[in-house]
Amino acid sequence: MSQDNYPSDKSFPTHPHAPLTTGKEEPISKKEEPVTENAWSKLNAFTDARVGLGRSGVSVPTKHLLAFQLAHAQAIDAVHTQLDSEALSKTLMTQDWAKAWTKNAAPLMLHSRATDRATYLQRPDYGRRLDERSANILDEHQASTSQQYDLVIVVVDGLSSLAIEQNTLPFLEALSGHINGWNLAPICFVKQGRVAIGDDVCERLNAKCVLVLVGERPGLSSPDSLGLYLTWGGKVGLTDAYRNCISNVRPAGLVYQEAARKAFYLLNEARTLKLSGVKLKDRSDDELIMDTSKESKNFLIS
Amino acid sequence: MSNAHSAFQFKNTVGERTFGFVDLADLMAKATPARSGDRLAGVAADSAEERVIAQMTLADVPLSLFLEQALVPYEDDEITRLILDDHDKTAFSIISHLTVGGFRDWLLSDLATSAVLIQIRAGVTPEMAAAVSKIMRNQDLILVAKKCHVKTAFRNTIGLPGHLSTRLQPNHPTDDLTGIAASMLDGLLYANGDAVIGINPATDNVQQATRLIKMMDEVIQHYEIPTQSCVLTHVTNTIECIDQGAPVDLVFQSIGGTQATNDSFGFNLANLAEAQDAALSLNRGTVGNNVMYFETGQGSALSANAHHGLDQQTCEARAYAVARKFNPLLVNTVVGFIGPEYLYDGKEITRAGLEDHFCGKLLGLPMGCDVCYTNHAEADQNDMDNLLTLLGVAGCTFVMGIPGSDDIMLNYQTTSFHDALYARRVLGLKPAPEFDLWLAKMEIFKNNEQFTLNHKLPDAFHKSLHRMIGDHS
Repeated sequence: MSQDNYPSDKSFPTHPHAPLTTGKEEPISKKEEPVTENAWSKLNAFTDARVGLGRSGVSVPTKHLLAFQLAHAQAIDAVHTQLDSEALSKTLMTQDWAKAWTKNAAPLMLHSRATDRATYLQRPDYGRRLDERSANILDEHQASTSQQYDLVIVVVDGLSSLAIEQNTLPFLEALSGHINGWNLAPICFVKQGRVAIGDDVCERLNAKCVLVLVGERPGLSSPDSLGLYLTWGGKVGLTDAYRNCISNVRPAGLVYQEAARKAFYLLNEARTLKLSGVKLKDRSDDELIMDTSKESKNFLIS
Repeated sequence: MSNAHSAFQFKNTVGERTFGFVDLADLMAKATPARSGDRLAGVAADSAEERVIAQMTLADVPLSLFLEQALVPYEDDEITRLILDDHDKTAFSIISHLTVGGFRDWLLSDLATSAVLIQIRAGVTPEMAAAVSKIMRNQDLILVAKKCHVKTAFRNTIGLPGHLSTRLQPNHPTDDLTGIAASMLDGLLYANGDAVIGINPATDNVQQATRLIKMMDEVIQHYEIPTQSCVLTHVTNTIECIDQGAPVDLVFQSIGGTQATNDSFGFNLANLAEAQDAALSLNRGTVGNNVMYFETGQGSALSANAHHGLDQQTCEARAYAVARKFNPLLVNTVVGFIGPEYLYDGKEITRAGLEDHFCGKLLGLPMGCDVCYTNHAEADQNDMDNLLTLLGVAGCTFVMGIPGSDDIMLNYQTTSFHDALYARRVLGLKPAPEFDLWLAKMEIFKNNEQFTLNHKLPDAFHKSLHRMIGDHS
């Protein structure tokens, strides 16, 4: 029986259109392919959208079903795998550029008030504040130094530890090439943190400015996307209106050199204007503004 | 029932213990089935027992009390004013003697026919709908919603019983016209797009919206598709697009259930009225004049810190008062998009989707649902299959359709073109009749009754596809 001929029962109220078996169905040939490919499948060269998947009946064919499940599994793992910030910090401090850039200051290892991932996911307010031990680490550091920091870089797991593991070192190396003569605080690593926890760090270290590197909410095709958030004079309670964001930093998205160039542009502007957020416009791409007047029509109608 | 000398307006003694509830808002919140957003707001019941005691107490509250005690002050909130000023006493008179618990029995009973449910619509306030939903099981929400028929129209007829429509959502991370066209073609050839072809723009400004509106209009005209388009940009942008002569079919806006929420979205009721007038003036509908498309979702009020101590589902229902003021073609609850701090897992998302659909339908809205989840929620495709099936049974007006469930712009998963066809086949649900005829005419469907797609590419699309990828036979 073909799958179009499901048993018919007109009295079953959810099947008002169930067809009657006519007895004239074509015999099934064993050679017939169960999957119908789509003539337009090559359109996937022009978009990352999952177009032209073909169909088994009206359903997604097995190979595409499993490809989707794999992408979702990778995204889930990116959310739930703990960031090994100790290992990352160690690797960072073996790099020559990092030693010179940070004047060999040991990174500070911190944690938010969210004790585990389940709490983190349900209580964003906990993820925005440092736990007591971490607050003490920063307060003691601040008491022991006479330095006035221009910038503190805060590396936060956020929703993708994968993004942090893959992108932190190459991005910071690219950024270090731009930033000279800024008095840099020790790099801070925060577990179970959200963007706003950078403000807590910035305030406790009395730094002028904070740059947060955070793992963004993973998409199916982008489990490794890093976000950058800049706040001038970060302090607890500031809203997103005081932050500037650079999103989708990863090899397949905004590449490291470009991201570093944009971040440096914003950092410099913030230092000049002594502010950040909605009043600080990113004009680093002004020369690239799109000219749509000569745009051709889409292929469906031209 | 109320006691001015007590800290509690409502009390209920069970065995040795007395449970108190400060006011109607507190009682509503504590009676709400468990979800993370209400815990985050600090308004949820402290225990499973307290939740059921609250539900029992709420069941004894007369419906008329919701007309006497506004949950958000009348003076402070234009949505409260809208709800109370537009309340229809004649329509209410049919149910005015009922308590919340009695209302549930009445809705489930044979007294509440589809015709009677239309009669009482204007007498039901969002708070009454929210209250009764809190003491209804999932099957109750499905059964009553299925009895509520809401028909709307623009270039086709949406919401007829036995029908399910789909929004074709061809989003692209850079608004690339070729990428958008590829997703549109895919969707149309999978028989999707009768509710609307609607794009969330990556770059949100008037210029970009106009570019996308024109693009969709050209496709709809070229293939003579009986459907409508929409760019989901801010209502004030759409008004500007119309002023500049853009071919706008539907006006979009995300709406919330308190004035403060809508302030945070940057609009008020007057803006919506202005936009509706502007869209109506274009006179672009052929079979109807419903020109508005609204999106909602539990948690938006709390997210904007504008919830006035209410639970998120009550805030959500209040948003439907905003929607019904403007006779929308479509209302879409984007149920799983907001994230696990509001709806933690598949179970909470499922419950919320059924509640929103029920409340919307009871209040007379053409309610659809973006059956969806984000990658940090405890949910997966199986949860979406379940909710899609339940909503299909409940007579949901429309769902989303997107290539392979993967929105590459908004980074979340929603229902696919294939999913819609699954729902049609298992539940026998047809697309809008005008669109169904078009699918047959274009030879996209080989058999409209059995929802069988044609094996070969329909002739009308040969030329455009050849332009793009050469020989494709």
